[in-house]
Amino acid sequence: MPVHEQFEVIIPSDTEAGQAVQERIVSRLESLEYSVRDVFGVRLALEEALVNAIKHGNGLDPDKTVRVNCLIEDDLLRVEIEDQGPGFNMGEVPDPTAEENLERPCGRGIMLIKSFMTNVEYNAKGNRVVLEKKRSPA
Amino acid sequence: MSSGQRRLDIEEIGGVTVAKFVDKKILDETNIQNIGNQLFALVDEDGRKKIVLDFSIVEYLSSAALGKLITMDKKVKAAKSKLRLCCIRPEIYEVFEITRLNKIFDIKSTQEEALEGI
Repeated sequence: MPVHEQFEVIIPSDTEAGQAVQERIVSRLESLEYSVRDVFGVRLALEEALVNAIKHGNGLDPDKTVRVNCLIEDDLLRVEIEDQGPGFNMGEVPDPTAEENLERPCGRGIMLIKSFMTNVEYNAKGNRVVLEKKRSPA
Repeated sequence: MSSGQRRLDIEEIGGVTVAKFVDKKILDETNIQNIGNQLFALVDEDGRKKIVLDFSIVEYLSSAALGKLITMDKKVKAAKSKLRLCCIRPEIYEVFEITRLNKIFDIKSTQEEALEGI
């Protein structure tokens, strides 16, 4: 499978830096004519995952960084995002769609990531996530 | 209107405040903060009783933006005012469905439907 793009960057705990990486990846997918729907889902998932790493993982600490590794093939996008924070317990993340949580202003990021990506895997510590998106059929 | 560049186009139609987002992408945290402040001011500062939020321009919306909408909805309910959302694109509406927020908000397809009977 030909590799169209492969890079790794280390960014500061700054949401603008996260947006720049997001833009780089999404632009490449658009140039490879991934569908509008695929691009929508990837942009949203990247936004949520990067904000999670920067804001919740690293606590916006300027001394902490986020590593982003990206691989784009014909039919597959794979992005690995790792922060330098303490991690979290996935089991303790409440279901945002439960009645008692519906009106909470936060807690939907992971649900949206999982809804729009083909595969999502967190490491045991919770400070690294791998997002995969298979190109949707034409 | 709160500080920060204007992020909503406001007009009054028949006693209803129609607030149209000016941003295609409601993703950036700082921007979302400004949008939130400007939305809340409609209720907290201006005391508007009937508000329609028009999403015609919006192509992307993050969960942080959803959070601001939820807070807005709470303020509106506390003020015994009315809030409707309209003109939401299918991909964005899917986000409301996935998060079940389509059950919380009164969402209409068009601005005309949103204005009717509010």
